[in-house]
Amino acid sequence: MQQMDNFTFGVTVLIVGMGGTILTLWIMSLIMTLLMKVFPYKEEEQSK
Amino acid sequence: MVEAIMNGLSGLVAGFVHLHWSNPIMFVIGGVLLYLGIKKGYEPLLLVPIGFGCILVNIPLADLMGKEGFLRTIYDAGVMTELFPLLIFIGIGAMTDFTPLLQNPMTFMLGAAGQFGIFLTLALALLLGFPQLDAVSVGIIGACDGPTAIYVTSQFAPHLLGAVSVAAYSYMSLVPLIQPPIMRMLTTRKEREIRMSNEGLKPVSKTTKILFPIVMTIAGGMIAPMGLPLIGTIMLGNLMKESGAVARLTNASQNEIANIVTLLLGISIGATMDGRMFLKGQTLIILALGFLAICLDTVCGVLFGKLMNLMSGGKFNPLIGAAGISAFPMSARVVQREGQKWNKKNHLLMHAMGANAGGQVGSVMAAAVMLSILRGMGII
Repeated sequence: MQQMDNFTFGVTVLIVGMGGTILTLWIMSLIMTLLMKVFPYKEEEQSK
Repeated sequence: MVEAIMNGLSGLVAGFVHLHWSNPIMFVIGGVLLYLGIKKGYEPLLLVPIGFGCILVNIPLADLMGKEGFLRTIYDAGVMTELFPLLIFIGIGAMTDFTPLLQNPMTFMLGAAGQFGIFLTLALALLLGFPQLDAVSVGIIGACDGPTAIYVTSQFAPHLLGAVSVAAYSYMSLVPLIQPPIMRMLTTRKEREIRMSNEGLKPVSKTTKILFPIVMTIAGGMIAPMGLPLIGTIMLGNLMKESGAVARLTNASQNEIANIVTLLLGISIGATMDGRMFLKGQTLIILALGFLAICLDTVCGVLFGKLMNLMSGGKFNPLIGAAGISAFPMSARVVQREGQKWNKKNHLLMHAMGANAGGQVGSVMAAAVMLSILRGMGII
């Protein structure tokens, strides 16, 4: 296990963690928008 | 003969003789958890087994968490292996409807902001002198998601499992009390009164609903592979629900499996609350930090909501930001209730449900991202 001082560890997790979470969920929201566009709701398909 | 009788009697009072000062206090704590679950209805499915497990493990000489104890067997089989939280996630996935999130994907961003409390609390725990992996486990209370907190803590700080899971579940149930004052404090009356219509929300096709869990698993797993068990199980449950092809498995995941695992998980967590280990200053600090984590989640969520309000030219009600946490659907209901308090004609529920479903995925993704960062830094 690698040793890292608490300050470096805290700042890294804070920046990369918050940034990484927001970036990941942004990418996911783009994928969802794309899915909604590629497969739009069609009433007749839902009743099959 | 008299000596034999005395020896026999001493066996009957041995439990009292070996009572540690911390045991009666833990009986009271277990009793409070039972009271909250039974009388107040706060997360009874978990607080009742946790409270009872807490009482069981504090009865001297029974050694239920000893090598041969039945609580130890359950704990080792399901918590140490991380199996219980993952099985619960399949149930959560099978119970969650992601339609409001798919209708308005931007609310996903609120689900990200609602996780910032995790990282801020982690930093604070480090400042207070917690070792790095302990701080990660304390911060994860901010996910406001019991199974995620248990999954992470059982891996990196099993000695904190009792305090972390009690904090996670207790505060989750207290969301209706914790969030409203923060929401009011951070928003103006004008902002709270903003009406949002449901007209722009498009219906979602079945194909999209089925593809959503598959695509999310692949995308989430590729970005944060360390969290794949969390993402994969929640999405498996959701795929089973949305496909409609495996109704029996979906029903079992929503009911029998979720119920049995909840019982075993609850009693295992209670079993970690041995007074000699639990009654420490550190536990109180963890409980305080956990409370702060959930407050910070709400603060960040509402502030992000205000940003969305600004970007939308004042059309977005920032109260919805508070629903970006994982307490589903409790938090969305809090937003709806709070919104109606200020404008009787306001129906924020569908928008808040989207943010809340985003918070559900967001908490899992935040934990996954954190685990992957730790792996990347060589900490784990």
